[in-house]
Amino acid sequence: MTAAVLSVAPAPQVSRSEPLALETRDLAKEFRVGRKWYSNGQPLRAVDGVSLSLRKGEVLAIVGESGCGKTTLSRLMLGLQQPSAGEIFVGGEPLTNVDRKVFSRRVQPVFQDPYSSLNPRKTIGEIIRDPLQIHKIGTSAQQTAEVEAIMERVGLARRLIHSYPSQLSGGQRQRVAIARALVIKPEIIICDEPTSALDVSVQAQILNLLQSLREQMNLTYLFISHDLSVVEYMADYVAVMYLGRIVEAGPAAEVLRAPRHPYTRALMSSILTADPGLGLPDLNLGRGFPDPLNPPNGCRFHPRCIEALDKCATVAPRPIMNGSGLIECHLHDTAAAD
Amino acid sequence: MEHRRYNPSDAPVLTVDGMNVDIAVPSGALHAVTDVSFTVRQRETLCLVGESGCGKTITSLALMRLLPRTAKLTARNINFEGHDLGKISERQMARLRGNRIGMIFQDPMTSLNPVYTIGDQLEEVYLRHRGGPRSAARKRAEYLLEKVGIINPGQRLGQFPHQLSGGLRQRMMIAMMLMCEPKIIIADEPTTALDVTVQVQILQLLRSLQDEFNMGMILITHNLGVVARMADHVAVMYAGRVVEQGSAEDVFRNPVHPYTRGLLDCMPKRGQVAAHGRLGSIPGIVPSLVGEQRGCSFRNRCVLQRAACSEGQIDLRAASPDHLYRCILEPAATVLPSTIPVGSAA
Repeated sequence: MTAAVLSVAPAPQVSRSEPLALETRDLAKEFRVGRKWYSNGQPLRAVDGVSLSLRKGEVLAIVGESGCGKTTLSRLMLGLQQPSAGEIFVGGEPLTNVDRKVFSRRVQPVFQDPYSSLNPRKTIGEIIRDPLQIHKIGTSAQQTAEVEAIMERVGLARRLIHSYPSQLSGGQRQRVAIARALVIKPEIIICDEPTSALDVSVQAQILNLLQSLREQMNLTYLFISHDLSVVEYMADYVAVMYLGRIVEAGPAAEVLRAPRHPYTRALMSSILTADPGLGLPDLNLGRGFPDPLNPPNGCRFHPRCIEALDKCATVAPRPIMNGSGLIECHLHDTAAAD
Repeated sequence: MEHRRYNPSDAPVLTVDGMNVDIAVPSGALHAVTDVSFTVRQRETLCLVGESGCGKTITSLALMRLLPRTAKLTARNINFEGHDLGKISERQMARLRGNRIGMIFQDPMTSLNPVYTIGDQLEEVYLRHRGGPRSAARKRAEYLLEKVGIINPGQRLGQFPHQLSGGLRQRMMIAMMLMCEPKIIIADEPTTALDVTVQVQILQLLRSLQDEFNMGMILITHNLGVVARMADHVAVMYAGRVVEQGSAEDVFRNPVHPYTRGLLDCMPKRGQVAAHGRLGSIPGIVPSLVGEQRGCSFRNRCVLQRAACSEGQIDLRAASPDHLYRCILEPAATVLPSTIPVGSAA
């Protein structure tokens, strides 16, 4: 499998000499589906040869439809699942050499649904204090001070410290999840659809909060979302996933303004902006997500692609570095040949 | 601008006049929906938009008469094909529900029965309202599955809901809703659980079916993008009341109510990537709807709040003939401080 190396250029405010905060090389995760005592099941490659890197202070967004492998990728990066192949490096160190506990001080998650990611039987104070206790950081008084400081930072009133998650609104709960992730001062936050369960006005508050925390604490985000208008607002770099592979990646401004892969173009045209009278867009996209157990030959996207060439059905395209980004599509082979 | 898809001189299919829903809670009455009025013509789409808890789903349940027992529906009149939906008996309502009024829910997985095949569930609707032989029902089911873009309908009819993807399940729900040729569709967040690409395809499908079968549609959603692209008319709801109501063009291009203006500012817009400017947001939370409601329900979150906002009852007033809003300020006075464009000669 060819490595799809995405070396992202540094953001203007980040110096090139800083080590990569997070890097994956040829990462793959294979599940066995339908395993029985008499059979080993069928292989499902949820993540297939993903290489990406991000520097400290950057935001990399992963976009794609459900089932494209973006959540599996985030679970691999959190160390919640072991990769079948490839490696993950955090701050230059391979993840396999680092103790899970040490690693979890550097990488923390914020999950999609704040209704199910908080323990309903613990108070807000206890939930936020948990990481400090697990890692045995500070005395009890210091921990309380930390909890109060981080609550203030994410915009939670101090009186909520003794409340339970059920007494909080969705936006407040997501603030608790963010506070819990930040309390041990990690370098990297992995946000898996952090606002998709929230209302528009609350979503705006949470996105603004994530942006200011990033500036104040020099955080690095891996931001997973299917909402491209949110991605456009948040991300420095974008990687588009389709059936476990990254098909296009690069600086957000380039990928989102001038998408080159037909799939990225279809995703971009599916954004419904609040323009009355425009009607519904024409997606130029064949229907039906393919069966990941039985992915199409050649380019995995070709059955839905309106620009597919003959060879797309037989030959898998190889990732090509093109300008500042990466693309995996036969339509762009020629451009890279010269 | 798209040509208008409905004829404004048609008689409305559904007219709702002064609808209220009160829910009994231990501490008193919760005014879930207050004074909601609208009309829907054939081929017209009315969008109810608002955030969680604004009463949009209760409105749709009230129209279907599927409210919980603790809720009380009162209305001056809810006219659908000559029936007053607020007053007719449960038996009469059962004859209309699923027959003349179709409904699509947000999550097709929880609204389908997991132990019956798709064929059984589609046929049940038809047999219940039309009777007749099962073969006729099966024929209609196959016809409609093909209509909603399901390939190989004969085989799909024998499958169970869990064997279908989210998009297919929603197509199936749409076919089920069409079994008895309804005159009006009530679609409550029909695409919220779907991928963005599938969302566009389902909306396109709803739109073409609406034109083909001359149906009116009430589309309930919190997604302002969906509203802008689908709606002929929009009603923005806040805390159980309609705070702004008008054509999509009016509400999106010239919003008047401070809440509508704030909501539109919250949406991330194309081309905001370089600036990394902050999104607009609405501070505060939705007020409690229990007990007597006085003044403007949005006042505590409104940057333009005045003393007069907490007094009496604020009625809908006209910004232009077909554009209503519920605020004491004149239309020109509701511009939010943060929305004044930078560099404008103010």
